[in-house]
Amino acid sequence: MTDPNTPPETMTGAEMVVRAMRDQDVDLLFGYPGGAVLPIYDALFQQNSIRHILVRHEQGAVHAAEGYARSSGKVGVVLVTSGPGATNAVTGLTDALLDSIPLVCFTGQVPTHLIGSDAFQECDTVGITRHCTKHNYLVKRIEDLPRIIHEAFYVAKSGRPGPVVIDIPKDIQFASGAYSGPGAIEELGHKSYRPRVRGDRARIEAAVALMARAKRPVFYTGGGIINAGPEASRLLREFAQITGFPVTSTLMGLGAFPANNPQWLGMLGMHGTYEANLAMHGCDVMINLGARFDDRITGRLDAFSPGSRKIHVDIDPSSINKNVKVDIGIVGDCAHVIAEMIEVWKERAYEADAAALKAWWGEITKWRSRNSLGYRNSTEVIKPQYAIERLYELTRGRKTCITTEVGQHQMWAAQHFHFNEPNRWMTSGGLGTMGYGLPAAIGAQLAHPDALVIDIAGEASILMNMQEMSTAAQYRLPVKVFILNNEYMGMVRQWQELLHGGRYSESYSAALPDFVKLADAYHAHGIRCADPARLDDAIREMIEYPGPVIFDCLVAKEENCFPMIPSGKAHNEMILPDFSGEVGNVIDAKGKQLV
Amino acid sequence: MTPRNRNETMKSHYTDPTEIQLPERRTYCVLVDNEPGVLARIAGMFSGRGYNIESLTVSETEHEKHLSRITIVTSGTKAVLDQIEAQLDRLVPVHRVVNLSAKPAIERELALVKVRGTGEHRMEALRLATAFGARPVDATLESFVFEITGASEDVERFINLMTAIGLVEVSRTGAAAIARGSEGL
Repeated sequence: MTDPNTPPETMTGAEMVVRAMRDQDVDLLFGYPGGAVLPIYDALFQQNSIRHILVRHEQGAVHAAEGYARSSGKVGVVLVTSGPGATNAVTGLTDALLDSIPLVCFTGQVPTHLIGSDAFQECDTVGITRHCTKHNYLVKRIEDLPRIIHEAFYVAKSGRPGPVVIDIPKDIQFASGAYSGPGAIEELGHKSYRPRVRGDRARIEAAVALMARAKRPVFYTGGGIINAGPEASRLLREFAQITGFPVTSTLMGLGAFPANNPQWLGMLGMHGTYEANLAMHGCDVMINLGARFDDRITGRLDAFSPGSRKIHVDIDPSSINKNVKVDIGIVGDCAHVIAEMIEVWKERAYEADAAALKAWWGEITKWRSRNSLGYRNSTEVIKPQYAIERLYELTRGRKTCITTEVGQHQMWAAQHFHFNEPNRWMTSGGLGTMGYGLPAAIGAQLAHPDALVIDIAGEASILMNMQEMSTAAQYRLPVKVFILNNEYMGMVRQWQELLHGGRYSESYSAALPDFVKLADAYHAHGIRCADPARLDDAIREMIEYPGPVIFDCLVAKEENCFPMIPSGKAHNEMILPDFSGEVGNVIDAKGKQLV
Repeated sequence: MTPRNRNETMKSHYTDPTEIQLPERRTYCVLVDNEPGVLARIAGMFSGRGYNIESLTVSETEHEKHLSRITIVTSGTKAVLDQIEAQLDRLVPVHRVVNLSAKPAIERELALVKVRGTGEHRMEALRLATAFGARPVDATLESFVFEITGASEDVERFINLMTAIGLVEVSRTGAAAIARGSEGL
């Protein structure tokens, strides 16, 4: 990168932070100032190449960076102060760790000589964030700072992506030293951290041979495909096309395979479709590409896909055989491995067993005809599923990014909003963080100024990071908050109905704000709709409005999110929407202990 | 689906629930960068994921490269032990993880054992110490401190015998281990 003969530039630690960000192609970061990061804020003030987005709460900064990263494929950057700044970021960091989102989070720290003295706004940031980051650093010497920053970006984005924290004491920000660019880590790699990108050829060949013999195959894809970049999604489409195998995906992988493709089975797992789950249960060869056999996917482990041979492609070796023991584990990046799989398939002129595949598709078609996402619509009240369906229909043909909060609305969005492209769907999957959607929408909107960005929310979740409406207003970000307002923490209420005899302990959203007035207060536009007949017009009004909108969509209050695999049950024990029994009896005592 | 005979058709990975996987003991050698917090990362990974540490020994072994060698004795079922290996390997400052239980290896630990006794007890303590190759490193007219180095089981047996004679206290290191033969890690 830099000429070794030119003397290194000398600058302060704060200037190094800004300079290193520039060398890492950062054009935007999310943050909140405070005493321990003032020198960095001063350095930001004196330049124009990096834009700082001021959030209203540090948790919002991290989720916004996640939305930015997930929708753009770049590293999200966060800057917060010491103490409460860092502790407020913890939820977002944990969220990014569980969903493998690449982030670099700079935290201020009290000066080195005060560390350990319980100084004002001091906390053990590296201690606290050790468990919720992929890696973290406390910078104790100015000489180490440039190397650490570039290393942090490398660790965040390579291998299985994740959040990295760099804790910088205030005296280090003021200290001056020699800056060095990212050349060393980019050329030589890390001394101990060396992720494997290419899969083992012999295993890939064995996996493809197994696929060619399959009679009832299924692709089970996940967020790893999204993280591997758009090329991985393209390769998945090609591989599915040449094999003719059905494809399902986890919540995190939606969009990698187009929902309008006939080979698409819909999402799998706890609220997945009947056809996806039964295909998983009955398959003879399962090809897991970048998913991690999460408990929301597998249901009861000892009854999970009992008759199948399993292939698992994952960039993280610890994911393989963690929850489910597989026959062929391949450590590698999805894009590289799928490309090689296609190569082997073509080289050996494999052909899928057409007769067996036809019979398999016959079974799948039968399961599909159960219409597991069906619901009874109403002319009196807006059904939440209907609201999502209309939102999908009325936004078709546009570049639309969807984020969500967590709960029923999130599952309905995953079921009824159909994604045909990767990086258009941002949701908190692993951690299940209420309050994720609005800041994530802000991040996605900043990455895609031309896109229609909608946070599909619940009335309870949205209140968790409502303050970020102020951020949207400040930067004139036209994000749309589409609230499915059923006046309950819907998923909690549903579980209480299923598990606790309908005793709705503390799950009613009492004393809700008037969301239309709230929109007004936040310099946004407010819309309320309770009438199914008026819904389309109201949604159009939201889409057309040039600024931020809060849409208060009053929906049926006690609608359950089906289909559902009750906790402790297997894929073939789903509750379908036409279930006529007593829902309070479907979960046994053992299942009740699970989450 | 028709019931299948597990062994005939597919090798199911789900073991019969009546079949219990027995926990086994395993020794890992972990080569890490000797940087602040590295031990907390290792120990935190064990506690955060609910794994056992039976003993842990750590010291910088290559000063010029700032490399420390950690010997961890842990226990669990085979699946858990394999997961521990993968999780250790995933930590950024970890260079290598080697399962020393999978190869011929030597494991040693050191103990300082304080024994109180007079007359015949004192003589017996000394005789036993000689039999075990333990060295007296401190003595008064009514006590000894022995230094013993050996496999964990030998150290354990020596301590048990001393208990009968008049054990006061023990200070023990964890195991340090190394593979046999000419090859390094």
